[in-house]
Amino acid sequence: MARPVQYNLTNKKVEAPIALDKGPEGFSGEGFFATKLNDVVGLARKNSIWPLPFATSCCGIEFMALMASHYDLARFGSERVSFSPRQCDLLMVMGTIAKKMAPIVKQVYLQMAEPRWVLAMGACASSGGIFDSYAVLQGIDQIIPVDVYVPGCPPRPEAVLDGFMKVQDLVGKESLRRRNSERYKELMNSYGIQ
Amino acid sequence: MALSNEIIRQHLTEKFGEEIYNWEEPYGMLTFTAHKDLNLKVLQFLFDDTYLQFRFLTDLCAVHYPEKKGEEIAVVYHLHNLVDNIRIRFKVFTGIEKPDFFSATALYAAANWMERETYDFYGVNFIGHPNLVRILNADEMDYFPMRREYPLEEQTRVDKDDEMFGRD
Repeated sequence: MARPVQYNLTNKKVEAPIALDKGPEGFSGEGFFATKLNDVVGLARKNSIWPLPFATSCCGIEFMALMASHYDLARFGSERVSFSPRQCDLLMVMGTIAKKMAPIVKQVYLQMAEPRWVLAMGACASSGGIFDSYAVLQGIDQIIPVDVYVPGCPPRPEAVLDGFMKVQDLVGKESLRRRNSERYKELMNSYGIQ
Repeated sequence: MALSNEIIRQHLTEKFGEEIYNWEEPYGMLTFTAHKDLNLKVLQFLFDDTYLQFRFLTDLCAVHYPEKKGEEIAVVYHLHNLVDNIRIRFKVFTGIEKPDFFSATALYAAANWMERETYDFYGVNFIGHPNLVRILNADEMDYFPMRREYPLEEQTRVDKDDEMFGRD
């Protein structure tokens, strides 16, 4: 017997009407719009983040689901997953980083051009997770600065999307002067960079 | 005539006599011990003998027994006769102060990586190994993590509350 075809007949209540995202604050008139350079650059950057997936274990499998059509990271302007650190804006570290792997993660981070961001996905990348062992790095923040941590073991793709939106938020609101500030230099120096 | 544990034992006793001891057969696998200076001689005999023909080194590893004074480090060879499909286990012991053994690399090429791994985790010094350096752990590591005197847990972690793990 053929399997009965099912249709989704439940009427899902629309919580809010679909609308365009709001632009930055500014003055608009006929044929022009004036706003801060900071906001324009932030808007451009946050909607075209190129991620570099550094996947070492099961979180990488969740990331594959995230990149595929069902969760579709491309909606956020990130369909261009690059495997060259020089072209990337966001380093996504997904999975257990062994101590022997630590210098490689750091080298990849150093090869990325400023401005660069880091997302630690899952318990292992954030804190070593269940691998409290002599061979495993207890969180990648011991070697490179991390912007967003996504908890979970492994996190569901929705959680990573949420983390990614947090990164977008950070990118959009970042001051253009941040990377030249003393505080940022201090942060880099604390990791022994430059 | 198919090879059996009795025949292997007979051959080895004929050749080495009382120098091979601690005969056991856990789960049907013939296991025996020899003095550590004899390890290469026994392996060579097992390899060359026309009846025995143990020409495949399945595994080589070490065990640390802190309670066995003077015999803390054991090196275990797992050998396989591919003709008669018989496996045996061969152990040698030594003290932890000077864990030296002769390397089996000349006899079994497979011993090269296995001996490096054994050195990496237990600090066993294989004399005659062509390149006895760490293979799996980070090169900067300054101890042998699988020895029982070292804690398994990472010691740099500060966020672990012992109370949560039921210890004080």
